[in-house]
Order: sequence, then C-alpha cells, then structure tokens
Amino acid sequence: MPQLDPTSFSPQLFWLAIAFILLYLLMSRLVLPRVGKVLGQREERIQGNLEKAVKLKAEAEEVLAAYQKSIADARAEAHSALNQAAAEIAAATAAREADFARKLAEQTAVAESRIKVSKTQALADIRTVAGDLAAAMTSKLTGVTVNGSDAGGAVEAVLKERA
Amino acid sequence: MAAEHHSPLEQFRVEHIGGNLSLGGYDISFNNSALWMLIAVAAITVFMLVGIRKQAVVPGRWQALVEFLYDFVANMLKENVGNEGRKYFPWVFSIFMFVLFCNLFGLLPNSFTVTSHIIVTFALALMVFIIVTAIGFIRHGLHFLSFFVPKGAPAWLLPLMIPIEIISYFIRPMSLSVRLFANMVAGHVMLVVLGSFVLPLGLAGAYISGIVPVAAITAIIGLEFLIACLQAYVFTILTCIYLNDAVHMNH
Repeated sequence: MPQLDPTSFSPQLFWLAIAFILLYLLMSRLVLPRVGKVLGQREERIQGNLEKAVKLKAEAEEVLAAYQKSIADARAEAHSALNQAAAEIAAATAAREADFARKLAEQTAVAESRIKVSKTQALADIRTVAGDLAAAMTSKLTGVTVNGSDAGGAVEAVLKERA
Repeated sequence: MAAEHHSPLEQFRVEHIGGNLSLGGYDISFNNSALWMLIAVAAITVFMLVGIRKQAVVPGRWQALVEFLYDFVANMLKENVGNEGRKYFPWVFSIFMFVLFCNLFGLLPNSFTVTSHIIVTFALALMVFIIVTAIGFIRHGLHFLSFFVPKGAPAWLLPLMIPIEIISYFIRPMSLSVRLFANMVAGHVMLVVLGSFVLPLGLAGAYISGIVPVAAITAIIGLEFLIACLQAYVFTILTCIYLNDAVHMNH
C-alpha cells in the first residue's frame, strides 16, 4: 500500500503545509472578505429596502387615516347641516302655524263679536218690531190707538214672563 | 511488474516530479500529491474569485454557488460554535474547501487523490486537534482540564471516567483522519476493481456482459461524488464540534 511508504511522508507533509497555509492566507486575506462584503452589501440593501417599505407603509396608513378622517368629518358636517336645516324648517313651520292660529283666533273673535252685536241688534229690533206689530194689531182689531211705548212695555212684560 | 502495475492500489502511488529536493535532511521533493494539492488551492481561489467578481446584488449561478458555500460553512460554524466561532471562519472554510476539492479532483481520470493518503488526512486532523486544544487552553487556561471530568458523574466513577474521557479526546485525530482516508481509499479501490472486470468479462461473454461492471462503475461514481462532498462536510462539522468543546467546554 503506497500510503504506508514512509519515504512519501515528509514531502507530502511539507507540501501540505505549503498548500494549506497558502490556501488559508488566500481565503482569509483575499477571497472571504470579498464574499463577505457582497453578502453584507446585499443584507444592507435588503434591510434598507425593508425599512423604506415600512416607512412607505406607515405613510400610506397615515394618508388613509387622514382620508377616512376627512370623510368622517364631511359626513358629520353634512349631518349637522341636515339637522340644522331640518330644525330651521321645523321652527319656520311652527312659527307659521302659530301665526296662522293666532290670525284665525283673531278673525274668529272678530266674527263672533260681530255675530253677538247683530244678535243683540236683532233681538232689540225684534222687540220694537213686536211692539209696533202689537200696536198695529190692537188698533186694527179694537180701534184703540195704543202708543208705541205702551205696546213695547207689554211685549217686554210678556217676554219676561216667558223667559 | 505488469500485474503489479494494474493493482488497485497503484493509483495511490506518489511519484516524484522533477529533481530531488531536501530540507534539513528531509526529502521534500515535489510530487503528484503536492501537484494536486496546489491545483486544489489554485482552483479554489480562482473558483471563488471569478464567482464573486461581479459583486452582483442579484447573484448569477456561479456567484450563488460561491455564496452558498460561504453561507454553508458560516452557518455550520454558527450553529455549532455560536458567534465566538466567527474568527475561526477562514480556517474552517479553508479546511472544508481543501478537503472538498481534493476529494472531488481525486475523481477526475488519471488524477491523484490527496485525501487518500493517511499521512495527509492525519496531518489535517492533527492540525485540527492541536489548534482546538490550544484554543481551549488559551480561552480557559488550566481550567480546560476540567473538560475531562464529566459533569454529574458520581465521584467513585471518576477514576474510570477520566481516563475514558482522555482517551476519547486523544482518539479524535485518529478517527477524524481514518474516516476520510478510508472512505476515499475504499471508493477508489472499488472503482478500479470494477474497472478491471470490464475487459475480462467482455471477452469471456458475448461482449455484452462487459456492460455489467460498466453500469456498476457508473452508479458507484455517482455515489463517490456524494461521498466526496459528504466526507468534506463530516470533517468540517466535526472540526466545528471540537471547536465548540474548546470554546464553551460543554459536553
């Protein structure tokens, strides 16, 4: 077995030491720092992009919140405007109704007083007419002339009796 | 000699390239093993540097593979050792890539499998063992020795437990190196043995019968690619586990 030939040991050990030390120096000084730098840059870039994405997301959320707030504000404003308009309309209606009711009541009162006046007028007239009628009827039937005021007194007395 | 040349173990022969070199009385001649070690180092460096050259934010396929390997080892280290393991990352990454590329290059035709030599895997495992032990002593001082005293064990069992703990600690480089070495050797031997069946079987039968070992080789070479990656992973994750023991001292 050539592996057990001791004369091959020393040259292999010597060249192994040379080769491995050379490899170690090349890797540690030249190769691995470069690979590490590339990986580090990528890591940084990904991290930066992630941070940017997070920031953009926060911004978008802010914009969304502002938008939602403005919509809510507009809705509330519209609501209050509606309410105000409704209240104004209701107040105006109520005022008009009250006005109308007041006018109606006034007119009713005027009409009623006019009716009362005409009624009393009519009642008074009725007495005179009744007195005149009674005097005329008496003179026609009996030939006795009764003056108006006597006839009126008689009618008044009868009315009092009947009442 | 001809028969010996077709031995399944012939592929593991270390052959000098160029003249003999020596250092302090030791032979350090360049050979095929050293050549494939350097090819692996060069290939890893080129593979990584070319893959990452665009430094694209959205990686292409090659860059994604480079980043995958980086993340793979980094996560392995983080899951096993935590954030204290970060400073050992270049070392662990070098181990992973070196074992992975040596294993994979060993599957190329006419190549040499560096990790099929016990001296190489043992040297790597011993490096892990020594560095991890040093980290343990540097971080915890002599208190690191309490690692060998199992927590919660009854006192009368300690004379038995402590030697077991010490032996199991010192056996780590053996198991680490033999696991990788044996897996590599077994796979390559099996491939060559199966390959040696193709011609005799094809000549003995009606040529068709030679297909059977070819099909087996096809299946097993797929398995060998899996094992090459898996053993690199196992070697690295065990390194991470040992590192965790040294850094946190929790059994």
